[in-house]
Amino acid sequence: MSSLSISTELPLKKETTEQVNKTVVYDTKNLNLWYGNNHALKNINLPMYKNEVTAIIGPSGCGKSTYIKTLNRMVELVQNVRISGEILYREKNIFDKEFRVEELRTRVGMVFQKPNPFPKTIFDNIAYGPRIHGIKDKKILKEIVEKSLRGAAIWEEVKDRLHENAYGLSGGQQQRLCIARCLAVEPDVILMDEPTSALDPKSTLKVEELIQELKENYSIIIVTHNMQQAARISDKTAFFLNGEVIEYDDTDIIFSTPSDKRTEDYITGRFG
Amino acid sequence: MGKTVSVKDLIRNKDKKNKLMLKAERTIPFILFALASISILTTVGIVSTLLYETFLFFREVSIIEFFTNTNMKPLSRVEPSFSILPLLTGTILISLVAMLVAIPIGLTTAIYLSEYASESVRKAVKPIIEVLAGIPTIVYGFFAFTFVTPILREFIPALQSTNALSPGIVMGIMIIPLVASLSEDAMNSVPKAMREGALALGATKLEVTLRVVIPAAISGIIASFVLGISRAIGETMIVTIASGSSKNFTFDITQSMQTMTAYIVEVTSGDAGAGTTAYYSLYAVAFALFIFTLLMNMFAGHISRKYREAY
Ligand SMILES: Nc1ncnc2c1ncn2[C@@H]1O[C@H](COP(=O)(O)OP(=O)(O)OP(=O)(O)O)[C@@H](O)[C@H]1O
Ligand SMILES: [Mg+2]
Repeated sequence: MSSLSISTELPLKKETTEQVNKTVVYDTKNLNLWYGNNHALKNINLPMYKNEVTAIIGPSGCGKSTYIKTLNRMVELVQNVRISGEILYREKNIFDKEFRVEELRTRVGMVFQKPNPFPKTIFDNIAYGPRIHGIKDKKILKEIVEKSLRGAAIWEEVKDRLHENAYGLSGGQQQRLCIARCLAVEPDVILMDEPTSALDPKSTLKVEELIQELKENYSIIIVTHNMQQAARISDKTAFFLNGEVIEYDDTDIIFSTPSDKRTEDYITGRFG
Repeated sequence: MGKTVSVKDLIRNKDKKNKLMLKAERTIPFILFALASISILTTVGIVSTLLYETFLFFREVSIIEFFTNTNMKPLSRVEPSFSILPLLTGTILISLVAMLVAIPIGLTTAIYLSEYASESVRKAVKPIIEVLAGIPTIVYGFFAFTFVTPILREFIPALQSTNALSPGIVMGIMIIPLVASLSEDAMNSVPKAMREGALALGATKLEVTLRVVIPAAISGIIASFVLGISRAIGETMIVTIASGSSKNFTFDITQSMQTMTAYIVEVTSGDAGAGTTAYYSLYAVAFALFIFTLLMNMFAGHISRKYREAY
């Protein structure tokens, strides 16, 4: 919960050597993606590390959502998408035929920009994932629901109304419910696409604190338009522009001494 | 008018000119109310006529006998007797056969179109299905009698030339488009974000369909079933042609049966003179039909409210 104390003004950190020992969860290699003729991702190369928060920033339309949706292959739901290159998740290429897409998505959870709970009770929302993966035992389901809701810091607010429709919750609560729903299948990585853009400042703060806690056990990749947010909560930041990764480095470095002029222009608000 | 007319002026001027509009705006609710009253008054009129004539009928025939006796011989000179039971079983059995055909096929069609088919397939198939809905029922009746029954008799030798099974199946075919089209609309209107939420949890397409889309669309789907059942109960032509007019009290669908609507057709077009008991029995049967459909709709409303997933 030390999120807010992370300074953006830290001097250069001793990195490189440290990174060698870190486990890579996701490694993107020469990734290209086209929507029809629109070359939306251009030759992306990005390693992402375990128990870190990786922020993806960049102006609107630069391919952030596209990239994050490629990581769990949700992007393939769009018609006429063409992909080349590899994404290694724990050293396995996610585009391999042997790697079932359902398995990938069970291990890699996703939280969307707009909260999208199912029109079911709070309990059934959380239990949905475990249920489709074969857990039927009521007692176990109950435990999972409580644990997930606690994990998403919303248990206290909803414990007395578990059997009410999730649409009765506020937007911020719905978003944390969606995070809890994602935790219920015990993922390894959590992808978040602007998870706080539809929330008020207070709910945003709660979600940010939550992300800090979750990082202990999960690796998190988050798209955000909010520079302060990226600076506050992330360990690494990737700056995207027109489908390319312009710069990728420790968040402290990106926000203090970026090496590319365009990165600097963007984070200081000169464009985008 | 000046040389330059600003948009603001245009809007303001329009406001002033439209005093008349404002008046119309005020009278419109009354006009709408008057028109809405017409439909209400018509309903009240029909129901009270039904009630009155039914009352006259039950002065001559005991209501208990009407519901417990199993003999329906309205036009018998010797000993006429009246019973709703043969017509009720006929109606229920034929509708049941129809729904056994229409619900599974209609729903799977809807699932296919809404969840699996590509946009181009959907655009091609939907109008074709809707053509089915435009075929006059007399054609279906003819189809049941001259085509389906002979084929069925190849497999079920005991099947009579007029029977409940064949019109039931054909009626089901007739209702498929209704069920498919309305269920598809209901499923299609489930937000995409919900499907994505489930897919992102590692659900397969089938799991998304069965556990997210269908539950979310359930009230629309049930509504389509109810409309289907109502059409089956109200359908007249197919059963008149293909099911014959025996007022058998039986549960054997290979036999000829009569439904409530077919009975009404038979007696009205036959020789029951106005004022006779047979004539009044029409109203009693029609009233029973009315109550039956009403109960159906209330039951469906209850089910759909109970399982509704609001979003
Ligand atoms: N479903 C789609 N079909 C076709 N093109 C798409 C689709 N989604 C995105 N694109 C295109 O891909 C490019 C990248 O879009 P993307 O949604 O990834 O941007 P983004 O960085 O997430 O933007 P924002 O910050 O506004 O969310 C854009 O040019 C966009 O028009
Ligand atoms: Mg986006």
